[in-house]
Amino acid sequence: MKKLMLGNDAFARGLYEAGCRFASSYPGTPSTEITEALAQYDEVYAEWAPNEKVAVESALGASFAGARSFAAMKHVGLNVAADPLYTAAYTGVNGGLVIAVADDPGMHSSQNEQDSRHHAIASKVPMLEPSDSQECKDFAILGYTLSEQFDTPVLVRTSTRVAHSQSAVELLPREEKDLVPYQKQPDKYVMMPANAKGRHVVVEQRTEDLIAYAETTPVNTIEDNGSNIGIITCGAAYQYAKEALSNTVNYFKLGMTNPLPRRKFLDFAASCKTIYVIEELDGILEAHCKALGIDCKGKEIFGCIGELNQVIIAEKLLGKTNAVTPYPEQLPVRPPVMCAGCPHRGVFYVLSKHKITVSGDIGCYTLGAAAPLQAMDWTICMGSSISCLHGFNHVLGKDAEHKSVAVIGDSTFMHSGLNSLVNVAYNASNSTIIILDNSITGMTGHQQNPTTGKNLKGDPAAAVDLVALCHAIGIERVRVADPYHLAEMEQAILEELAVDAPSVIISRRPCALLKYVKHNAPFHVDADRCKRCKMCMKLGCPAISMKDGKACIDHTQCVGCGICKELCKFDAIS
Amino acid sequence: METKSIMIVGVGGQGSLLASRILGQVLLAQGYAVKVSEVHGMSQRGGSVVTYVKYGDAVYSPVVEKGEADVIISFELLEAARWAGCLKQGGKIVTSTQTLDPMPVITGAASYPTEIIEKLRAMQIDVTAVDALTLAEEAGSAKASNVVLMGVVSKKMEFDEAVWQDALTQCVPAKFIDMNRKAFALGRAV
Repeated sequence: MKKLMLGNDAFARGLYEAGCRFASSYPGTPSTEITEALAQYDEVYAEWAPNEKVAVESALGASFAGARSFAAMKHVGLNVAADPLYTAAYTGVNGGLVIAVADDPGMHSSQNEQDSRHHAIASKVPMLEPSDSQECKDFAILGYTLSEQFDTPVLVRTSTRVAHSQSAVELLPREEKDLVPYQKQPDKYVMMPANAKGRHVVVEQRTEDLIAYAETTPVNTIEDNGSNIGIITCGAAYQYAKEALSNTVNYFKLGMTNPLPRRKFLDFAASCKTIYVIEELDGILEAHCKALGIDCKGKEIFGCIGELNQVIIAEKLLGKTNAVTPYPEQLPVRPPVMCAGCPHRGVFYVLSKHKITVSGDIGCYTLGAAAPLQAMDWTICMGSSISCLHGFNHVLGKDAEHKSVAVIGDSTFMHSGLNSLVNVAYNASNSTIIILDNSITGMTGHQQNPTTGKNLKGDPAAAVDLVALCHAIGIERVRVADPYHLAEMEQAILEELAVDAPSVIISRRPCALLKYVKHNAPFHVDADRCKRCKMCMKLGCPAISMKDGKACIDHTQCVGCGICKELCKFDAIS
Repeated sequence: METKSIMIVGVGGQGSLLASRILGQVLLAQGYAVKVSEVHGMSQRGGSVVTYVKYGDAVYSPVVEKGEADVIISFELLEAARWAGCLKQGGKIVTSTQTLDPMPVITGAASYPTEIIEKLRAMQIDVTAVDALTLAEEAGSAKASNVVLMGVVSKKMEFDEAVWQDALTQCVPAKFIDMNRKAFALGRAV
């Protein structure tokens, strides 16, 4: 039976069919749905971990116990998990271990555009790269075969267009796998120098063995269409190339992008007159070609920024452009915004009003940087807001301490903000931290986390008590405020900024999009009372606009949070 | 057959994901090779969103680029204009007449464009404009505008209504199915 499946759902199906028993992940676009889909299969234990390092270590432990195990993350998540990955490459596995990493060319929902293939090369771990949903399923299964055959973790790299596109997938039944009995093997698993030295030798030999496999594996395919032009490609780029150039060229498609074969590259190059390398992001296949002495063109034509597509390839290689009739006028852009009723809005309004320097973090609230609130000064990576603020305040002293805050969501705080807060307490940093506790992991589409009281399956779980946690770390000043009550939030922020001590404000109000959150009736504007002062417009609420010179609230969007009513000096909003 | 390309455009939160899944399901049931490309994550939060549905004998790239779309289905007028340049010569637009101000309009940095439908028609585009929001509210929820538009589109494609009804059953949660069937019927009757 064929089913239309998202790449991520197909990936989960492959893990299920291969007998995967244990999965631990942290959500991150575009990888999130793999683990959500996997949790639907009763035979697989699946959980959200607080971060990717915890997830990979847990999956590695499950592998030691003999189970086929799994962890998923986005590209930047693999940076967090790089530490266990690079040493798991040395220990190898017991039960198979597959790690999914999802890149985001074009940065649809990411802070950088890094190419995860570098991690595969640097950690000396094999990497598979599917180009559609069927391959997502097949390569997840192949990942386990390779992991157990070569005694190594296996990375499977997807990208946004593979992870978030649906195509037809053939479903097969699950094959149960017995646990591989655990045996104590310190020379293999205890990575102290004497043992690790021995394992490094094993890793280098394994790479040579994998290269030999790469010469013959059916996932590194050559399509000979009788042309003298050869295209070397992988992942989504293969699909773009195939659409642009159809069967007019020969293809060498790498389904395994680390390690790369040598003989097969040379043979393919020898069979063609001209070679183009078409790959998204960095020129990794191209560098391999050039190291082998293959004359080819790649990044000098396509660059390494953003996504590729069939139109770019047709234009660059065939000089072909589509006839396009543009809309006759300039149109206003529509950037993403905080939703109507978003609890973060009240906090950012106060920060914007008082021109506070804001050390930002990763989540929906990064949108606080956008107009009209513009209440963010920098955003780097998960958990960085608190530590960056600490360094900033330490150097600039009181001038900064009384005028700057860090903002971090509940899930991001549990991910990696906690260590930074320990540093604030330990090193007596006069920093003010606002934990934006909306009781969910918002941006990735509502995943549970250690503060929400539920686990991935939706069952009750221990909930971290943020107030008690902050106290336990050594932060004495901890208070909770409601972002829907602007006066209360403003007072909390100004008081904590004025104090020469580390302090935490927990801004607590669940995400307005959560199903259990009851919305109030929409508010409306009494046009006779509206004095056109535009105070309500300063909130940047997508439900409020000016119609015929007066404020107007869109009843289809308004959830009745009432922040605009608090701001209106003329009682025009009710 | 040559691959056909459909774009579903709108504002994050308007339900383009469900619409693309319904359409994908219908096309798969008709025996086509199908690819549907979705948008998740930050771009979903009230931003301009686009999903692609492609079908034919074999589909490779999941994305639709400038000058490639046969049909654009739009949940919002400004978004119909924004993506109109992706249409092929002779392409069609089916759009809701709903308007949602983007943030530059809300902050006063830009104004919402006027006479969009007229300007699209002046580009020689076949435009079907429907007040999907009012019909959706009549069916029971403003959120069903997406399914109203699927009803409108279903009249323009040659497939049996039963295939669409099956796709609705598969894609819509059971407790909302009656309301969505009503929304679909209202769209189909336009």
